[in-house]
Amino acid sequence: MQVETADMVKVFSRPQSLTAAKSTYCPGCHHGILTRIIGKTIDELGIAERTVCIAPVGCSVFAYNWYRCDAIQAAHGRASAVATGVKRADPNLIVFAYQGDGDFASIGTAESIHAANRGENITVIFVNNQVYGMTGGEMAPTSLVHQKTTTTPAGRDPAQVGYPIRFSEMIAQLDAPTYITRQALFDTRRILDTEEAIKKAFENQVNEKGYSLVEVLSTCPTNWRMSPIASNKHVADVVTEVFPLGDLVDRR
Amino acid sequence: MGKRDLLRGNEVIAEAAIRAGCQCYFAYPITPQAELLEHMARNMPRLGRTFVQAESEIAAVSMVYGAAAAGVRTMTSSSSPGISLKQEGISYLAGSNLPAVIVNVVRGGPGLGDIAPSQCDYFQATKGGGHGDYHMIVLAPSTVPEAGELTMLAFELADRYRTPVMILTDGLLGQMMEPVELPEPIDPASIPAKPWATTGASGRDPNIILSFDLDPEVLRQMNLDLQAKYRRIEEAELRYEETMTEDADLVIAAHGTMARIAETVVRRAREEGLKVGLFRPITVWPFPYEPLRELSSHVSTVLTVEMSAGQMWEDVRLAVAERAATPFYGEMGGIVPTPRDILSEVRKHAG
Ligand SMILES: Cc1ncc(C[n+]2csc(CCOP(=O)(O)OP(=O)(O)O)c2C)c(N)n1
Repeated sequence: MQVETADMVKVFSRPQSLTAAKSTYCPGCHHGILTRIIGKTIDELGIAERTVCIAPVGCSVFAYNWYRCDAIQAAHGRASAVATGVKRADPNLIVFAYQGDGDFASIGTAESIHAANRGENITVIFVNNQVYGMTGGEMAPTSLVHQKTTTTPAGRDPAQVGYPIRFSEMIAQLDAPTYITRQALFDTRRILDTEEAIKKAFENQVNEKGYSLVEVLSTCPTNWRMSPIASNKHVADVVTEVFPLGDLVDRR
Repeated sequence: MGKRDLLRGNEVIAEAAIRAGCQCYFAYPITPQAELLEHMARNMPRLGRTFVQAESEIAAVSMVYGAAAAGVRTMTSSSSPGISLKQEGISYLAGSNLPAVIVNVVRGGPGLGDIAPSQCDYFQATKGGGHGDYHMIVLAPSTVPEAGELTMLAFELADRYRTPVMILTDGLLGQMMEPVELPEPIDPASIPAKPWATTGASGRDPNIILSFDLDPEVLRQMNLDLQAKYRRIEEAELRYEETMTEDADLVIAAHGTMARIAETVVRRAREEGLKVGLFRPITVWPFPYEPLRELSSHVSTVLTVEMSAGQMWEDVRLAVAERAATPFYGEMGGIVPTPRDILSEVRKHAG
């Protein structure tokens, strides 16, 4: 029953910039929290009417359904190049690419690095869940050493397939990027930190400061074969050891 | 008559794109289209437009995809190996109904091939090239001035049908200098409105650009819509040219540079008293099957001449069927058949 009376105050609601579309994410996955944070940021900055979302290929392919703004579905890995095209066509648009670790840090390696190196005035949200969620939990470039995935059934063997790639650190070597940070969502404090980072990353674009990248450590309970709670603990205790949280570049 | 300049094919294509209102150009260097890229590098920034040297052809076509989605006229250019890399983006452009112009200054292949002129990318250009059931309009100029005119037309057709359009040419035309009267710049107001573009959802529902739907019924409908568009294009946009075909007994079928050379052959053959004509498709997709079919019932031979192993030849044989003999003469690897080579081939087949 939904009743709102004088003594009931609404303290929580869906950000205006999010649609009512039903989520396609699994229970316990962090994509949903992140989507909400982005929606809230777009609301707070009042930019929905000039924002364009670049949806990747991956679990977040449906990102074009989540936001009440224009959107483009890009080829696998090309979101940062597509974002470049949109932004160059109309610099007044606020363009954000939302990309998984396979999309951003494997197949899109060249597009990701070079958009950053050109200092494109765009915002990139890079979701690092250490697997290929969409295709059934295969190894990602970010999979941890010894991590079992469907293509590393005995665990990731660095002698064969190398080590997890710290892509944000690689990009942080470049001179052009304005803001590069790694955040997480495993507890309230981290969620609030991520909110702040995402807001900065969008504000930078609004203020024409240049390229911003927010890497967000995410869970994949389904493909990690862990409960959502165990997944959060895994990020806090293990993943952050390999992918330390915090700002890598801040040249605002 | 207006001012005539002595320009290379590549420069004329670039300049025509500028005059057609191309706002964003993205490309990666490759021979033999470098002059096109360089003309854009010199002129686009000066005009307050976008020139980006992309990190790869994949990135360049992806940038084109973004700019086209945002509603501006946009182009990329390359040569054969680079066009192979662009196939992903071209398929996405076609699937998402986005207008864009792609120039292929073809060179010898396969693999790295060489940098000499060739027509060996005809299949890739006209039969799909990338994944999925799609076509793009493919225009094949045979002179430098025509390269300019067809580039203007390419932008117009791209917008009219919301489809990628290719200019298919080769290193010979790209690098050859000819006197040209450049086309007049278009009036920007003549560019059709693009209410579907991702220009910011202000005062309207969000626009979404995609080629994707997991529901086979929906994707089937998207495909049916594409096919219906292709039928409309076939109806309205066939372009071809016939030279001295009225009384011809043998017709040479050739496109682009090869057709230009074949024109010389037709003149020389006529001097020898041979009744030879030329059939030149200007749109190689859609291919002018019906006009060629019609023509072939009045001649004994349709001789296809190409700088390939015989790619357009397949379309010629489809059109002609058994109505006339359909011999082939071609060269590969960047060797350009001379009028003399072709003439001796003509003599072999002419009655
Ligand atoms: C060119 C191409 N190669 C492969 C695929 C198949 N594919 C779809 S999603 C995906 C992996 C996505 O993983 P990630 O970017 O980590 O995102 P996640 O699904 O984990 O959110 C792959 C390989 C594709 N669609 N296109």
